[in-house]
Formats: sequence, structure tokens, C-alpha cells
Amino acid sequence: MDAILLQILNGLDKGGAYALIALGLTLTFGTLGVVNFAHGALFMLGAFCVVGVQQLLTLAERVRDPSITFFEAYIEQPYLVSWFGDTGAMIIDWVIPISLLLAIPIMLLVGIVMERGLIRFFYKRPHAEQILVTFGLAIVLAEIIKGWFGANPIPVQPPEIVRGSADIAAWFGLDANLSYPWWRLIYLAASLLIIASVFAFLNLTTYGMVVRAGMADRETVQLLGINIQRRFTIVFGLAAVVAGLAGALYTGIQPPNYNIGMEFLVLSFVVVVVGGMGSLPGAVAAGFLLGMLQSFASLNEVKSLLPGIDQVIIYLVAVVVLLTRPRGLMGRKGVMEA
Amino acid sequence: MDRAHTSSEPDTATDTGKPQSVFHRTSGDVPTQLPPLGPEMAPMWPPKRDLAMTLLFGIVVYTMPLWLQPFGAAYPDLMQRFAIYGIFAIGFNILFGLTGYLSFGHAAFLGVGSYTAVWSFKLLSLNVIPAIVCSTLMAGVFAVLIGYVSLRRSGIYFSILTLAFAQMCYNLAYSVLTPITNGETGLRVLSDDPRVVDSLFGTADMAVPRASIFGIEMAGMAGFWTCATCLMIAFIVALRITRSPFGMMLRGIKSNQTRMSYIGFNTRPYMLTAFVISGMYAGLAGGLLAVVDPLAGAERMQWTASGEVVLMTILGGAGTLIGPFIGAVIIKYFENIFSSLGDSALMDAFSFIPPAIEKWVVFAVSPFVGEGWHLTLGVLFMIVVIFLPGGLIEGFRRIGRLFRKGR
Repeated sequence: MDAILLQILNGLDKGGAYALIALGLTLTFGTLGVVNFAHGALFMLGAFCVVGVQQLLTLAERVRDPSITFFEAYIEQPYLVSWFGDTGAMIIDWVIPISLLLAIPIMLLVGIVMERGLIRFFYKRPHAEQILVTFGLAIVLAEIIKGWFGANPIPVQPPEIVRGSADIAAWFGLDANLSYPWWRLIYLAASLLIIASVFAFLNLTTYGMVVRAGMADRETVQLLGINIQRRFTIVFGLAAVVAGLAGALYTGIQPPNYNIGMEFLVLSFVVVVVGGMGSLPGAVAAGFLLGMLQSFASLNEVKSLLPGIDQVIIYLVAVVVLLTRPRGLMGRKGVMEA
Repeated sequence: MDRAHTSSEPDTATDTGKPQSVFHRTSGDVPTQLPPLGPEMAPMWPPKRDLAMTLLFGIVVYTMPLWLQPFGAAYPDLMQRFAIYGIFAIGFNILFGLTGYLSFGHAAFLGVGSYTAVWSFKLLSLNVIPAIVCSTLMAGVFAVLIGYVSLRRSGIYFSILTLAFAQMCYNLAYSVLTPITNGETGLRVLSDDPRVVDSLFGTADMAVPRASIFGIEMAGMAGFWTCATCLMIAFIVALRITRSPFGMMLRGIKSNQTRMSYIGFNTRPYMLTAFVISGMYAGLAGGLLAVVDPLAGAERMQWTASGEVVLMTILGGAGTLIGPFIGAVIIKYFENIFSSLGDSALMDAFSFIPPAIEKWVVFAVSPFVGEGWHLTLGVLFMIVVIFLPGGLIEGFRRIGRLFRKGR
């Protein structure tokens, strides 16, 4: 029972990450009709926003170590601590939440620059070329980050108060031994929040309504005198923000390195295809479905029954879904059908 | 073989299971129901030019030890890689260049080929020939299975399906299939392997087992000559395929698959044949990788390896015969030579510039060499995709045209 509950949580958690990335990816498909292989790189850039902010905040000066009195000893002390004392230390502790706020404008800018600078020249080109040029862009971005921050994973700590594990069983008065890292719970909550706000933006605002109209029939919306291209550019920026936030939040779970985007890219593509190209609810549903399936496949009981299933379950599901439902679970007709 | 791209009898669709049957056509037929030539349908070259191209290619390949000397790349290990990845890319091009189906899982066949070759060394004989034959066939079997399923979808769905299969192979090779693949350690040839055929001839006892062809060990230049010969054979076969009516059919699928089926062709058997041929090329390349270094690891199957062959093909020029090989050479050169350039080498290279400026030039260039060779590759690749969708070959052609105009 404990194990199953734990796997449910694990699945939700993984699913949250998959759903977030796939959501951004499918936004790009649905609006611009572009297959963006650099989406994983956007995830990675978001993660490195946190790393960059952390390095900025922990810029240190050398001060005498007061605890050692026998000889002159020096320690590195961040300027923030020297200037603001405990407040400064707290700011450094809260680096991930702070950089989340910073990541939003940065990623929006990155997304818009990327769309205006590169992607828009590829609307009329075949999908294969879109894949290839964004693949090249992903390599370039990853290498720039590698050149700047080095190739090793850089540890980033979530704030002190959420570093431990939450005793979930106690919340519900269960008699089970079920504890789960706080930060993963926060990740799940945050991903749900971000997904909800993206849907709210698209479904409850006029701007979102126009974007959806553009997704359905671009030409008619243009004929109504609306500059749909500009809105799509913004939506691309929004997709970048979603990917970036997913990456920034993920730093608390796994120390980011320059390759993290590539690792997620393949998975997120599988998620999008399973969910259906251009379908936002499909991407979210598929994300949680695949996350759940993966975590249940890694249960020992399942593994002993079907050895190796935990390694291939996602791809297996993708193959089965694509062969039985060519448009994915919730794909619309006519999207990305060559 | 005649170059009858003019006739396309609808009745050939009835026995599409054997595309070879359409090779024999009578030339001089009146053009009947031919799909209009798209821009990617290059005109047929006269056989003389094909022969000249083959000869030229042969000279380029076999004189690699000479002309690579000034580039510092004329050592067997690297030249073998040029040849092997050339085969891989030429094979990939048969699928992607001719039919336009972008497979993101070709590395699986490379890995399968490697494992098969090593197993052939372990169980049968250290002779190279059975090893590469087995690896090619085994990769062909895998390609039939994967291709049969993947080719039910096209476009990005096909890419994702092949990617999914390759990742499955990769993950399984690392985990459950460890008895066959030896997991992370990699599969290697040991001195106490059975080697049935070798022990029949009493040549099984060896201190350090190395692949060989009838006693010639695959060390140093011998390995390169073997790989170069395989590359030549692969190239000639690819040339024949491209020029054949079967190749025309594949290009027809690329320009308009729907129209092909309206004309009366069942395109799927053609696609599957192309996929299997291309997978067998990858298997051959994988087998040769194991021949020159009898060690097979699962990382050869990872999707980044599949991405690499895509890069090679596009960089050189998809749909051309020489392009993929050029791409393979460039990428492998970058990986092995360019990556080892340091700041001191740059200082030497730019020593003709006044020292004050030289410092800045070196500063500007240094992120692109050495560790950062991937950056150069990415930038180069993007430039090629953006400005030269036909790859470097198209660039050369444009330059050639410029000169011809100038005259």
C-alpha cells in the first residue's frame, strides 16, 4: 500500500514535469505549426537562469574568519551577507523562488527573440528543415551554456524550510509510513498552477480567445484585421516561459547541466505525440499518464513480471498509441499530417 | 541497366514485393504517366559521368593517407572512422535523401551491427567477412521489423516512432539484455571464447584476439584498407540504387507520395525496401566499427548517435551521393582533430597577424575550437540548413555555377 501511494506521488511528480514541457511544445505546434527541437534547450536555459542568479547572489569577498584566532584565516563571504547580514543569507537561500520571478521576463525575451530571429523564416519550409534548424540551435545553446558554466552539474538548493521531507501519511491520519520530499510536492503544485494559468489565459481572456481562433483558422482571423502573427509570437514566448519555469523549478530536484534539455527533449516529444499534436489537454493528459505508467512500471512486482518494462514503457506506449490512434489521444484532425 | 525513367507501367505495382523486377525495362518507351519532375529530381546523368564519379571517389578514398597528411588526419584510426561513418551516412541518405523520411533511430542498427559482429568474433571466427555479413543481415532483420511498424506513419510521426524503437533498444541493451550486450562494460572479445570455426582450423589460440582477414590482422593500415573497400562497394551499390528505376520511385515518393499511389504504385514495399537497405548499411558500418575495435557498447545506439548521422547527411547534402560522405568526414574531423586544438595551436595559426590584434583574434576564435568544437558544428549546421538546404554540395555547385557564369 505504501509503495503504491508512493508511486502515485512519483507518477504525478514526473507527470507534472512531462506535462509542463509538452504543454509548451504543443503550444508551438498548435499556433505556429513549427516543430521546435530547441524546446529542451529552453528548459535548460530556464534551469541556468537559476544557476546564473545563484552565482550572482553568491559573489563573495574574502573576509577574515573570526572563529579562528591563532592565525590569519580568510573565508569567502557573499557580499549580500556582508551588507545585509541575515537578510542577505535568506535571499541567497531563496534563490530558486527569486530566479523564478526573473526567469519569466528573461524567457519571454528569449522566446520572442528566437521566434523573430530564426523560427519565422521557417514557417514555409518543410517540417524536416524546422526540426533540423532547431536541432542545430539546441546544440549551439547547449554549447554556449557549457562554455559559460562548465560541463559539470551545478547543485542548487531549494530554500531551507522545504529541504526535508513531508510526512504525508500524518496529514491524512493514515497509519502508513509515507514521506515525500517537500520540493517535489512543490514542483507538482507549481506545475499544476502553471498548467492551470496557461489554460486560463487561453480560455478566459479575450487575447487567448483570439489565439485559439487563430489556431483553428488563421486566415479568417487575419481577414478580420487581427495581427495574428504578433499574437503567435507572444504565444511562442509564453511557451518558452513555461519551459523555462519547468527547468528553473527542476533545479531543486536535479542539479542542472548543459545536457539536461536534450534528455528531456526526447521524452517531451513522445509525450506530445501520444497526447496528439497541437492538443493542449492531450499534452497534459499524456504527460500525467506517461509519468504514472513509468513510475508504476518501476515497481519491483511489475519488473519481476516483465523484466525491463520500466525502461521501455514510455516508448512502448508511444508506439502502441501511434499505431492505433494516429493522431494521438486527443489530436485534432489535420494537424501535422504530412 | 538502362536509365528508363520515362516509362512507368502501372502493372509493376502488382509485384511490388520485389522491386528488382522493375529494373528491367525496355528503353525508348514513350513517356506515359510520369509524375512531373520536382525540383529534387535531378536529371539522370549519363553513365560515363557516373563511371567518372566512381573513379574519382575511389581515388579520393584510397589516397586518403596522402591528401589527409597536411590536415594532420592521416592516421589509420581516424581514416577508418571517415570510411565507416561515410558508409553509415550514405546508407542513411538512401532513406532520407531519396524518400524524405527522416529517421531518428538509425543508430539502433549501428549498435545491432556492432553487437552481432562481436558475437560473430566470439562464437564463429575472428575472420572479418562472416562478421560483417552477419552484422549486415542482422541489422536487416531489425530494419524489417522496425520499418514494417514505423512506416505505417509518415512525417514527424515516423521520426518519433523510429526514435522510440531506437531508445527502446538502447535502454534494453543497458538493462535487461545485459547477458547479450554486457551492459555498461561493453561486449568484448576474450581469448577463451569458443570460436567454433577458428578452432576447426586450429587457429583459435591467440594471446590478444584481433579481427583478421585470413591471417591479415586488422591493425593499423590493414583496417583502413578493409573499411575503404567496404566504403567503395557501399558507394557503388548506392549509386546503382539511386540511378535505378527503384531509386526514381523513391524520389517520386519524396516529391509526392499521394500522386505515386494514384498512379498505381503501392509505395509501402518500396519504402520498406529503402528502409531495410539503409538499415543494412548502418549494420555494415556497425560491424566495421567492431572490426577495427572489437568492443561494442550501447552508447552507439543512443539517439544522439542517430542525430549525428542526420547532421552528417544534411551537412554534406541530403539526396546527393558524395554529400553524406563529405559530411561524415567533416564531423569526424571536427570531433577528432579540431577538438584537440588549444590556444597555443591557435597562436601558431594566427602568428602572421600583428601580436596586438592576434590576441583578440585568438580570444574570439578560442571558444569555437578545442572543447567547443560542438559549438562550431552547431553553428555550421545551422548556417547550412538556413542558407544551403542542399548541403555543402549545393554550395560547391553554386560556386561552380558562379565561375561558369563569369567566363
